[in-house]
Amino acid sequence: MRDTSSPFARKVAFAPVLVLALALVSVASLSADRRSDSKEQVDFGIELAQKGLWKEAAFRWEKAVELDPTYASAWNNLGIAYEQQGDFPEAKKAYDKAQALDPQNNFIRQNFDMFMEIYDRQNRRRNS
Amino acid sequence: MTAKTAVAIASLTLSLGASSCLRFYDIGIETPIEAKLDVSSFQRVLILGFLAGGSKDVDPNTETVRLLRSQLRTKSDLKVIDSDVLALVDEVDRRRQAEGVAPVLAAAANATVEDGPKIQNERDLQEYEAIFADVDYWKQIGEEYQAPLIITGSVLFTDVQRRGMVTRSQETLDEYGRRAVTDVRRFEDRKGYALVPKFIFIDGRTGVQLYSESFREETLYSATNNTPPLSSYFELMDRLLPGFLSTLSTQKIKGTRTLLR
Repeated sequence: MRDTSSPFARKVAFAPVLVLALALVSVASLSADRRSDSKEQVDFGIELAQKGLWKEAAFRWEKAVELDPTYASAWNNLGIAYEQQGDFPEAKKAYDKAQALDPQNNFIRQNFDMFMEIYDRQNRRRNS
Repeated sequence: MTAKTAVAIASLTLSLGASSCLRFYDIGIETPIEAKLDVSSFQRVLILGFLAGGSKDVDPNTETVRLLRSQLRTKSDLKVIDSDVLALVDEVDRRRQAEGVAPVLAAAANATVEDGPKIQNERDLQEYEAIFADVDYWKQIGEEYQAPLIITGSVLFTDVQRRGMVTRSQETLDEYGRRAVTDVRRFEDRKGYALVPKFIFIDGRTGVQLYSESFREETLYSATNNTPPLSSYFELMDRLLPGFLSTLSTQKIKGTRTLLR
């Protein structure tokens, strides 16, 4: 049994707890930083898309999902950008990811439904 | 601080808050739809002629060739070959005559221009359609024009007459001079035209059919209406041209999506 009666021993015993707490705080802050950086990329992408610069917007949103793969809005926007560029398989993957991350979001579902209408039509034409 | 100032500050704070919290943006997009047919291996397109018939007031062969050529010149990357329009019906009869075989339609053999086109209906048309499967014929044409994509097919433009109930909006004035619009149903004789084209895409290098697509459009007018047949022909072609063009070139579908923050 370790002797924890002396002040030094108590400090040593407390050290792992402190390290763990610090690690948790730093992970949380890193995650917040990543979301904040990702959000910046998303906002910039929206500005670009509104100017019709879809390739650049897609690049920003790709960065955003790279920084924070759990950011549903970024995946949704990426799906729209791929759709606009005619890359339907990638658009579907992005929309699927957005829906999986935020299944209750009506905007994402609506975007996905409208995309699927066109995607299915294209597939039917290919198969006919 | 007066009540007015408080309200102004509150509304300003709210509007600033709302604008910074706006989490979605509607945006217009144009989704490209791939062409039905991959024509990337062709640089040129030849629209030589169609099996055509029906109404004698319009020459559907010449009009269709001219219209499709002008459409493809502006809406496709393919170079359109200029050539004389070929009457495919006459070509079939000529070839049969050369082979010593009777014309496809015996009644049409001695027909004059005044009698109207040789092909009057879809059954007549079927008798001539074997030419589209003649690989050697189309390959020979392809060699003549340096292996282009060949667009041919059939076009039937026929008179249509129908009798039935028609609903029309009628404007009436009441005793106070007020206007009212009511729907009135009445039995009417109607006449118009039907356009039934079938577009066939042939590989000029091999003579083999790559793709074919059929359309049917119809327009009806009141029996007293004197719409020129050529106007009706263009009206009907306008309706089906997007379908034809989407076979060869990418089309864009406009829509709205929502970007999220």
